[in-house]
Amino acid sequence: MRLLEVQDLRVSFSTDDGIVEAVRGVSFDLDRSHTLGIVGESGSGKSVCTQTIVGLTRGATVTGNAFFDGVDLLTAQPDELRGIRGKRIGMIFQDPLSSLHPLYRIGWQIREMIQAHDSSMTRQQARTRAAELLGLVGIPHPEERLDDYPHQFSGGMRQRVMIAMAMALNPDLLVADEPTTALDVTVQAQVLAVMTRLQREFGTAIVLITHDLGVVAEVADDVVVMHAGVVMEHAPRRETFYHHHNPYTEGLFDSLPAVGAGRRRLTPIAGTPPSVIDLPPGCSFAPRCPYAFDRCWVSEPPLARVFGDVHHWSACWLPADLVARTAIRDRLRAETAAAGETAEGAAS
Amino acid sequence: MVRFLIVRTLTGLVVLWLISMSVFALFYVVPSNVARTLGGRQATPETIAAINERLGLDEPLWKQYASFVGDALQGDLGYDYYHQVPVTTIIAQAVPVTLSLAVGAAVIWLVLGITNGVISATHPRSLADRSLTAFALFFYSMPSFLLGLVLLYFLYFKLTQAGYAWFPPGGYAPLSEGVGPWVNHLLLPWATLALVSAAAYTRLTRGSMLDVLSEDYIRTARSKGISERRVTYRHALRSALTPIVTQFGIDLGQLVGGVLVTETVFSLPGLGQTAIIAITQQDLPVIIGIVLFASTAVVVANILVDLAYAVLDPRVRIS
Repeated sequence: MRLLEVQDLRVSFSTDDGIVEAVRGVSFDLDRSHTLGIVGESGSGKSVCTQTIVGLTRGATVTGNAFFDGVDLLTAQPDELRGIRGKRIGMIFQDPLSSLHPLYRIGWQIREMIQAHDSSMTRQQARTRAAELLGLVGIPHPEERLDDYPHQFSGGMRQRVMIAMAMALNPDLLVADEPTTALDVTVQAQVLAVMTRLQREFGTAIVLITHDLGVVAEVADDVVVMHAGVVMEHAPRRETFYHHHNPYTEGLFDSLPAVGAGRRRLTPIAGTPPSVIDLPPGCSFAPRCPYAFDRCWVSEPPLARVFGDVHHWSACWLPADLVARTAIRDRLRAETAAAGETAEGAAS
Repeated sequence: MVRFLIVRTLTGLVVLWLISMSVFALFYVVPSNVARTLGGRQATPETIAAINERLGLDEPLWKQYASFVGDALQGDLGYDYYHQVPVTTIIAQAVPVTLSLAVGAAVIWLVLGITNGVISATHPRSLADRSLTAFALFFYSMPSFLLGLVLLYFLYFKLTQAGYAWFPPGGYAPLSEGVGPWVNHLLLPWATLALVSAAAYTRLTRGSMLDVLSEDYIRTARSKGISERRVTYRHALRSALTPIVTQFGIDLGQLVGGVLVTETVFSLPGLGQTAIIAITQQDLPVIIGIVLFASTAVVVANILVDLAYAVLDPRVRIS
């Protein structure tokens, strides 16, 4: 049995402006000791997706299934879910300063987590365990730092505290929501290293949400690319990096500055992510897609196998065959370029 | 921290000094007729002069002030003009009444205001939230003297008429006569003082809680799998308390005014009523004594509130 199996998850919120369809039919699964990277721009629904699974979205209409070790988290009773949250699913968030309670000592916050799920632990045992955890994530002098407040730590150290807290009860799954986004680049690598080391040691599965393809390249086994609440592409890491099929994935890579790849013009993805209120028919990426053609505007492409690979899925109307896709893509690209030149010529 | 305390104590003393001077000066702007009142209708100018001399009212103003300050520093606030009772005794008699009224009311309004605010914030836009908001606005817009009279009319007058003499018309029963009579005499005054403030605290707590509940660390708390109750009270309310404490510090000053009105309405022999009688009689030593006592209480209370910040927020402690 898979550790986590999400099937056709849909999340919508009713707001004054209309119904916001934040997640529109997302499926993925994850095995123990594996890492799934979920990539996408802000507003693509990646955080809503995971927060809904653990029951942290409030006031949303949710359909679909999310089986965690056989239990459907979406239909579980609040008490059952609370027993799983923290104990079996640990979470860390983007901004470690605002994610830790500013008025309580670090030791207290970690101890609370331990004692909430293990009432047999005495205060002193929990404290000892908290110190052990701080040591585990590489915080020097853990025993002394237990009595410090969050504002007395640096950004990277705070995120280590968050990791220590999330890992306190050896959870089966760690959900890391943009864990490195608010950190300095040098610190980012250290925090990722801590996470992967703990994963190797304890066999934890990780869902890593990020908009940083570099982070995904570092740690993910599988990659889900999301846009406007749907999965655009789902493939193993190597496939995502070297043989991506979806134009959105391609756009993400083209807007990524590469070190040592020579001077190359960055190509940002045109436009902004669409509003998920009153989505037009067709592919949500079509208005921003350089290869969009008539069909893209009419109906939304389903997630389908591409390049004849069982593990590679893409939601795009471009042919699923590698050779045909490349040919069509190049032809459409040339046409767009020609159209652009004519337009420029007419203008001058 | 020590430095902070010293500075606050010194500024507090300056405030008290300024207040004592202003009260003294104000009193002499108004022509005094204390001696005339005491001497009676047929008093000869000689009698009046004699009375003025006895009370020290014939001395120049600065000399009167100097001797007052000199005595006050030794804990002697003088004697009242009419019965020659030491002012300290008068205050000592009135303080338990006012303290019972003020502390009781403050406890009630804090408990009521914070509880209602938390309920409103954790169930926004629910029926409970809306009715508590309506309740709050109703009392918030009602002056305390009116509320006092309304309570007296319905809960004393109408009830007694109907044969249920549950509440006394006013007055005070000291704690030494038992908790029952004490509470019974204070219940309506407490309600008068507390309901108005509780309304304000309900709104304040609601807003503060709603802000805190959307913080990231509340999401973290929920992700730990602790009970929602614990999230609300241990995590959210803890942070939401800071603005409430600030408001409480400000309200302590206003409480003095509220006590004045409430004591008059319910004829409670506390500091407020004593002060009003003293003012109508131009009984300077009593007025100054009470004003200084009340000011000291407010200054000390505000220092305590500032200290409470440091207890509540570790970030204040460091800087």
